[in-house]
Amino acid sequence: MPDVQSMVLEFVNKLRKRKIEGSQATARCTVELLRSVISHHRVPHANQASALIDAVKAVGAQLVAANPVELAVGNVVRRVLHIIREEDLSLATAAVAGLDLLEASDDDEDVNGKGIGYPGMSAAVVAAAARSTLRPPSLQTLLEGTPESATVPYTSSSGADSESKTADKSSVTRKLKHDVIEGVNQLIHEIAGCHEQIAEQAIEHIHQNEVILTLGSSRTVLEFLCAAKEKKRSFRVFVAEGAPRYQGHLLAKELVARGLQTTVITDSAVFAMISRVNMVIIGAHAVMANGGVIGPVGVNMAALAAKKHAVPFVVLAGSHKLCPLYPHNPEVLLNELRSPSELLDFGEFSDCLDFGSGSGSPLLQVVNPTFDYVPPSLVSLFITDTGGHNPSYMYRLIADYYSADDLVM
Amino acid sequence: MDSMAAATSSSVPASGLTTVSVKSSKPLKEKTTKAERRALQDAQRAASKGASLDVFILALHVGIISCLYCVLSAEGGKAPLYDDESRVVKAKRRAVVKQTEAKNRVELFRHLPQYEHGTQLPDLETKFFLLDPMHPAVGLQYLSGDISGGNARCIAMLQAFQEVVKDYSTPPEKTLNRDLTAKISSYVSFLIECRPLSVSMGNAIRFVKNRIAKLPIMLFESEAKAALQSDIQRLISEKIVAADKAIVRHAVTKIRDGDVLLTYGSPSAVEMVLLQAHELRKKFRVLVVDSLPKLEGQLLLRRLIKRGIDCTYTHINAISYIMHEVTKVFLGASSVLSNGTVYSRVGTACVAMVASAFRVPVLVCCEAYKFHERVQLDSICSNELGDPNVISKVHGRGDINYLDGLTNNANLQFLNLMYDATPSDYISMIITDYGMVPPTSVPVIVREYQKEHLLV
Repeated sequence: MPDVQSMVLEFVNKLRKRKIEGSQATARCTVELLRSVISHHRVPHANQASALIDAVKAVGAQLVAANPVELAVGNVVRRVLHIIREEDLSLATAAVAGLDLLEASDDDEDVNGKGIGYPGMSAAVVAAAARSTLRPPSLQTLLEGTPESATVPYTSSSGADSESKTADKSSVTRKLKHDVIEGVNQLIHEIAGCHEQIAEQAIEHIHQNEVILTLGSSRTVLEFLCAAKEKKRSFRVFVAEGAPRYQGHLLAKELVARGLQTTVITDSAVFAMISRVNMVIIGAHAVMANGGVIGPVGVNMAALAAKKHAVPFVVLAGSHKLCPLYPHNPEVLLNELRSPSELLDFGEFSDCLDFGSGSGSPLLQVVNPTFDYVPPSLVSLFITDTGGHNPSYMYRLIADYYSADDLVM
Repeated sequence: MDSMAAATSSSVPASGLTTVSVKSSKPLKEKTTKAERRALQDAQRAASKGASLDVFILALHVGIISCLYCVLSAEGGKAPLYDDESRVVKAKRRAVVKQTEAKNRVELFRHLPQYEHGTQLPDLETKFFLLDPMHPAVGLQYLSGDISGGNARCIAMLQAFQEVVKDYSTPPEKTLNRDLTAKISSYVSFLIECRPLSVSMGNAIRFVKNRIAKLPIMLFESEAKAALQSDIQRLISEKIVAADKAIVRHAVTKIRDGDVLLTYGSPSAVEMVLLQAHELRKKFRVLVVDSLPKLEGQLLLRRLIKRGIDCTYTHINAISYIMHEVTKVFLGASSVLSNGTVYSRVGTACVAMVASAFRVPVLVCCEAYKFHERVQLDSICSNELGDPNVISKVHGRGDINYLDGLTNNANLQFLNLMYDATPSDYISMIITDYGMVPPTSVPVIVREYQKEHLLV
């Protein structure tokens, strides 16, 4: 445990100091950290799923607090929690299936020692609990206010046999953890492979003699465009610089290295050039539950221009970027302001930026946000590793990936 | 009278074309026919009013002369079409300084000139003493960017013209009208080689040439020169300086206490408005939006802070972030075209678009002499291309050098647009010296008022 704790602290520090850039890298590190947390965590015999959930939640809360703007961290934590709940549920359904068989074959015998893995409980209790979690809540249970829990209650029954208990309990423990770790590995694999999945869809959208506009520097966009190039589609790319970080220059360098016709334009020329552009493709930093996009600063301007000229605005996002939260005031709450030195030379303007002069507030303020919010009405299409979707569909994917109980950590 | 008018008017086209050297490309023909048509209209009007024959002939002469100066002004006033090979070759032969064309030009802009920045300088140095003293000063200032902004460039050019007129002496065997016009045209070509003309400069040049053409032939040289100089001075004081004062007077009525005003770049008219509003003790804040590569906003910022105005500075990508707290947007313009499109510094269209998306009123401050009867739909048909190297090497940020060494790569091009066209539906109001008008009133102003003051 102690080395896991130190790993967590180290990662929290990295997040707080913004040493890790990019949602994919952050997501991978987070998943790997949570995997170690799970594998090192000693689960009690009873209520193991909830114990795991609490452990992951505790670590997750720390990580999210370190960098609240990096939504991929929270997404991944919630994915892991969902995996735990799901694995738990599937074990419960397996138990129910086994119980049903048992009940059909032998009504009087006790469950113990039949190798199903739920010792210490009478069959009826287990069956009832499992069935109640599988079936949607009936009106009667809702009106009576019977509490629904996702985890099967582990109540010790008086009629349990002691010897077979311990053997089966350890197998249960291992089974749940084992399944969860398998699920987490699958998640890691998914995060690592999201680029290829998205890039496969490139040829459906890019044809011949097209002009594509992009902003910022996203590896997903780069892979997307290169996949189309490999399939011999001819197109040119306009890359907006992306001041003040000049990510556009990086992307242009990569594109030129792969042999694509690239033109670098200034951000102010986006509206001027958009009338000659066939498609705008950007990579998102995060996708919110309403279908809104958090992207590099300047994308809202491009989205508005694209809407005016009826140019399709396509957003590429891996599934680890899908966030189950609704954006309330995203420009302020989900944004980060960077140093003014990227915009102004301190030496020239130091007299104006001085807090000590006069009334205590400086004459000059400098605003340098990192992210921009695009409302869902401006987005034409989301391309994720599961395919292409409308912005109005994104809420449905959330139900696939996340559980409702995990939204507030 | 009418048949005579018809007979004589039918001879105008022939005479018009024979006095002109053979320049049979399309834009010139259209210009001649327009002036010729006007001459025809004037002649017919004179005829219908029952005027005498002399007036008739005078109208025809005016028509011929206007054909003449149209041809000459076409050299300087209109942007040459650079995808036409023959014209490019001719322009190169006439050029005062030699420039090398840029390699790696963007396909979409083949119709606009793009030269390697700074290649004019060596040739200019060698020819320094061969040129007239007036040549280098203003042109070099344009080239280096010391003077930028429509009003500043126009005033500098007109003051240079005043010097030219002052130092001018008619050579023997030549008339003042034609020779001075030719001289001015050659200076204008030089200025174009340094930096393409702005619309305000184009209008001013047409005015000057018109004034020269209208000089009565009987005047003494000194009187003619004095008249011309006073005309140019009148243009500067009435159409630029007084116009700016009128604009300021109108615009400060729109600024209220508690306003948050956004401005883009460094428009001279808007700066005057803000300073005047501050003098009147109005309480407001200013948001200065800036963009690369010129970073003109920093100059405006400095001047505003010196006067004690509260300012916030940001770059153009962040306008969606700050627009929710803005109450009004003030923009400047290089020109307003006849379909209501505002032709101004690149990036203005983005600011206006985001402002209208957030329902913030957009006010454009533009003097009436900058209006033009041209129409334009987008920013590609007519524009100015700046130096592409300033994009690859970012000024002041040594760490941004991703694209070093790639400037000659065939796959990579840089596009440095100078202007863009803002559609009229984003503009709430245009503040001119004729008052505060909607963008749809611009062609009316061009038609009614330009004729008296700036004979087109």
